[in-house]
Amino acid sequence: MPTQVLMPALSPTMTDGKLAKWLKKEGDAVASGDILAEIETDKATMEMEAVDEGTLGKILVPEGSEGVAVNTPIAVILGEGEEASAINEAPAAPAKAEAPAPKADVPAPKAPAPTGIPAAPATPKAAAEPDYTGETRPMTVREALRDAMVEEMRRDETVFLMGEEVAQYQGAYKISQGLLEEFGEKRVIDTPITEHGFAGLGVGAAFSGLRPIVEFMTFNFAMQAMDQIINSAAKTLYMSGGQMGCPIVFRGPNGAAARVAAQHSQCFGSWFAHIPGLKVLVPYSGADAKGLLKAAIRDPNPVIFLENEILYGRTFEVPIDPDFVLPIGRAKIERSGKDVTLVTFSLMVETALKAAEALAEEGIDAEVINLRSLRPLDTETIVASVKKTNRIVSIEEGWPTAGIGSEIAALMMEHAFDYLDAPVVRVAGADVPMPYAANLEKLALPQVETIIEAAKAVCYK
Amino acid sequence: MATAPKSATGAAKAPAKRKTTPRKKGGDDKAPFSTPDLLRDYRQMLLIRRFEEKAGQLYGMGLIGGFCHLYIGQEAVVVGLHASAAEVDTLVTSYRDHGHMLACGMDPGGVMAELTGRVGGYSKGKGGSMHMFSRKVNFYGGHGIVGAQVPIGTGLGFGHKYKQDGGVCFVYFGDGAVNQGQVYESFNMASLWKLPVVYVIENNLYGMGTSVARASASVELYRRGDAYGIPGVQVNGMDVIEVRKAGEKAVAHCRAGKGPIILEMKTYRYRGHSMSDPAKYRTKDEVSKMRKESDPIDNLRAFLLENKLADEDALKEIDRDVKSIITKAAEFAQQSPEPEPSELFTDVLVDA
Ligand SMILES: Cc1ncc(C[n+]2csc(CCOP(=O)(O)OP(=O)(O)O)c2C)c(N)n1
Ligand SMILES: [Mg+2]
Repeated sequence: MPTQVLMPALSPTMTDGKLAKWLKKEGDAVASGDILAEIETDKATMEMEAVDEGTLGKILVPEGSEGVAVNTPIAVILGEGEEASAINEAPAAPAKAEAPAPKADVPAPKAPAPTGIPAAPATPKAAAEPDYTGETRPMTVREALRDAMVEEMRRDETVFLMGEEVAQYQGAYKISQGLLEEFGEKRVIDTPITEHGFAGLGVGAAFSGLRPIVEFMTFNFAMQAMDQIINSAAKTLYMSGGQMGCPIVFRGPNGAAARVAAQHSQCFGSWFAHIPGLKVLVPYSGADAKGLLKAAIRDPNPVIFLENEILYGRTFEVPIDPDFVLPIGRAKIERSGKDVTLVTFSLMVETALKAAEALAEEGIDAEVINLRSLRPLDTETIVASVKKTNRIVSIEEGWPTAGIGSEIAALMMEHAFDYLDAPVVRVAGADVPMPYAANLEKLALPQVETIIEAAKAVCYK
Repeated sequence: MATAPKSATGAAKAPAKRKTTPRKKGGDDKAPFSTPDLLRDYRQMLLIRRFEEKAGQLYGMGLIGGFCHLYIGQEAVVVGLHASAAEVDTLVTSYRDHGHMLACGMDPGGVMAELTGRVGGYSKGKGGSMHMFSRKVNFYGGHGIVGAQVPIGTGLGFGHKYKQDGGVCFVYFGDGAVNQGQVYESFNMASLWKLPVVYVIENNLYGMGTSVARASASVELYRRGDAYGIPGVQVNGMDVIEVRKAGEKAVAHCRAGKGPIILEMKTYRYRGHSMSDPAKYRTKDEVSKMRKESDPIDNLRAFLLENKLADEDALKEIDRDVKSIITKAAEFAQQSPEPEPSELFTDVLVDA
């Protein structure tokens, strides 16, 4: 049967164009790949190639014609042994390009969904936190992190650790002490200083079924690896329709250290929390560190595990049972109170707890929530707290613009508006690169006093 | 886990994959490969060519959106190299990935349906032309960021070594991608740790509109591993027999535990960089000379006929067969429905 040649679109936005020139005449033999004609738009000239084989039976649109609509039949090709008289039988344009219906811009999932557009599913509730009744021991966060890795590496052969100085040097911050000795150089791997490269290599290893723990000496250097973390680790599951899980943990110290200035002091919590396809954990205590790192290693998704250098040396009671694992996505109420909610994470939990003590002396009973996870965020726990206290202050080291506090403020508007007796107040790092001078550095970070002031402000005291 | 999409084109056969044991070679050096091998190459290359022509046509009809990068002209590279791949081996490439998927034995209907954004596509319509995967055949994408597949493939090689499964990873990237920093980060680690990776530089002379000479301080791309002690070979990537030979040697090198190797495949793309590229940066003569003199399919066809390894009828039969597979693939790609709106929120995370 003769086949029609249709006016092609050179780009998704092209609606019509000029048929500038025919390069074949009626009666010419055509093979697939032969150039039939030249098409022009205001932007470009392109050659149009034949897809079907046969003879150019008839030219329907002469050269020089302007404004030829996309998908208009412009010629007919006859198959082997077909006569020109068969042209009238040429099948209609195959499946007239029903211009793919322009997709409605999908609104932010939480906005009320217009009909036809699915609402984002509610974040599945994290498993309840089991009451741990087993033995605990005082240990540093540093040791708790090491134990988490050791236990998981004993449990699963596919878990390995890679990063700069993690093996022979035992970790720049001594987190991987003893690991090389126990697991050998196959599973505890010193990398060259090549963040983008080893992050990508880790992603490939995770695709291949291994469970890499990739240590960044600090998260400041993960900026070099941002593309692999976001474009490869976080998005590939979705882009593959669910085939390509990426079970990988990126871990290391995050946030302000002491006196190391702008390039080595920054909280990346809100950066990573922005990305669908990642989980983002922010432990505070030794139990958090151990229980959450074990959960991260077992999780089938890419997990960003943000530690804090100052917390490494702090000592906490830590469960020693190797089966102790914390659920991902559950905040912890570190101190319960009825007058104001202080919601925060990582090192700032410590600062907030100090502020709560001071507030208690002034007759303000503060509740302190340790988020532990920024994605998924335990909105339910925050909302439940605000229903009780009716006032909330968010605290973070990171910058205020588009920060975690901004997210919490928006969530309170959406979920707890009727319970608020005062606007949400955000306490955040100063909106400047971190200064070096001791006095300026202190001014740039939230202090106990800043939190006290903010808490009093929302209590109108 | 991997669910290969069902389509009407089940007819497409996965190319026979050899086990790792080297096959005996008979005959002279000119044709060290058997006739069935060469007929398979012919069929595979033609399948890719016809698939891409059809994709171009569907794009012209508005059925395929966004970026669509065709592989026409470069078919011999992936077909010739993949002949050396064993079942356990892995492959990863860029966005110019349709040919690689077909060479891996993925279903043309499933690939085409992904191009049209339909649920029957390999990524259920959520990945598109540049992002497709199949765990079943160890095809790891399909990556839209120039060069990103290089560390990923190095990690797949790392996985082969860690698991001691004897596998090799084939990492394909372009002459433009070769200037990305992460490529050298990967070379360094692969050589340092002796990872079984074949780095295939598909030098089609242009990265979008920029010729190699305008982008690369040294145009001897096969030597880009010199600083890392990685051997490199330049190969006529328009000749499937030459590619096959180079592939066998490279794979043997990796399987022997000697670490990575670089193959620079000199090749050429006939079409624009993507569908909307008017290709003003090269002359028509350059393109037509390549097509006339170096076309990998025409040349293999002539070789088969001249050496009486196949007759016209046998080749015509293959042509017809391929054509009908592609017709069915295109039909499937248009009939398969768009994904359900509820698919919007699936596959973001694996259920823990
Ligand atoms: C990191 C990055 N930069 C730029 C682009 C845009 N881009 C897509 S393809 C391309 C050219 C790549 O050329 P080459 O590596 O030679 O591959 P070819 O297209 O020739 O197969 C560019 C610049 C991109 N996708 N990713
Ligand atoms: Mg190129």
